[in-house]
Amino acid sequence: MADKITLEVARYDPQRHTEPTFEKYEVPFRQDWVILDALNYIKDRLDGSLSYRWSCRMGICGSCGMMVDGEPKLTCATFLSSYAPGPVRVEALRNFPIVRDLVIEMTDFMVKLKKVKPWIVRENEKPISQGEYLQTPEQLENYKQFSMCINCLLCYAACPVYGLDNLFTGPAVIALAQRYNLDSRDVGARERREILSDHEGIWGCTFVGECTEVCPKHVDPAGAIQQYKVDAAIDWFKSFLLPRGAK
Amino acid sequence: MTDKPVYTEFHPRWYRTRVSTYWWLDRTPYVKFILRELSSIFVAFFVVITLLQIRALGQGPQAYPAFQQRLQAPIMIVLNIISLLFVLFHTITWFNLTPKAIVLRVRGRRLPDLLIAAPNYVAWLVVSGLIAWIVTGG
Repeated sequence: MADKITLEVARYDPQRHTEPTFEKYEVPFRQDWVILDALNYIKDRLDGSLSYRWSCRMGICGSCGMMVDGEPKLTCATFLSSYAPGPVRVEALRNFPIVRDLVIEMTDFMVKLKKVKPWIVRENEKPISQGEYLQTPEQLENYKQFSMCINCLLCYAACPVYGLDNLFTGPAVIALAQRYNLDSRDVGARERREILSDHEGIWGCTFVGECTEVCPKHVDPAGAIQQYKVDAAIDWFKSFLLPRGAK
Repeated sequence: MTDKPVYTEFHPRWYRTRVSTYWWLDRTPYVKFILRELSSIFVAFFVVITLLQIRALGQGPQAYPAFQQRLQAPIMIVLNIISLLFVLFHTITWFNLTPKAIVLRVRGRRLPDLLIAAPNYVAWLVVSGLIAWIVTGG
């Protein structure tokens, strides 16, 4: 087994470059190393100017998403050994503007996320003295899968619809909206519908399905979008078939 | 590939990658997706053929054999075979996707994907069988 592996890392310095270029680094090849370990090795020993985001290195914080050999991956959960003998290409997440090296600009996502009110909306908050809002295991099961999202944006990097038209609300935002829509404690579905049922919302999705494939937390955003399409279509039919009171 | 860097107030030079026209050749799932979208043309082709067939039927006993004759041209046979493959691809991938859109729960448990997809195939077989039975003179 080789004791070294080559990483081709995309470098972009806005002060000096007009587009990213690849730089090669030789790092130790260790079975227990993930791509992020290799990047940390480069930063510590070879080139301190390399910029990238990371925090928890255990697949929870969602900040180390990058393109590894052209596929969106959490670099803390992607082993070097899967790419032996190399070289391995590491680039910034696709479909987002690049600030520097492997760091992307994600304001667009944050703005969209806030629009769908990803929190529990209540008509009346009950006083603390009345205790918690109770929920059965079945009610939890309804939305639990969608609540696993860590906002890592791999789904956006995998989505060609978002790549071609970034007005599209996108997979994670819709899955997170659905996480609250399906929560028995929430009454905000109507407020979210305007954003979700928009042309740039669920109907922008052409069901490529890759968002679900790349999701490291098995959230299934493609499923969330299709399920919401079914709900929205049923609501639409009801809205003109049923008398007002029955809606 | 590159535009001039975009200047904004706070981030003077973001780099934006432009998506290539041939983005869908990058990965097999994208190719499959584009083929599925393309299959709509062949679905439309079958619809047109069926409509023409009905028109020929309406035009009487002379028109129908002439129509059949035209369908036997090699080019039509090739087109029909290609269309059939695309329509099968469309149908099978579509049926396999139904569990994504439909979530049914029985006693609090989500029904497995297979149980959502299977009824589609059963209905497909039953309807095809029924049509075959009518066409062969039941």
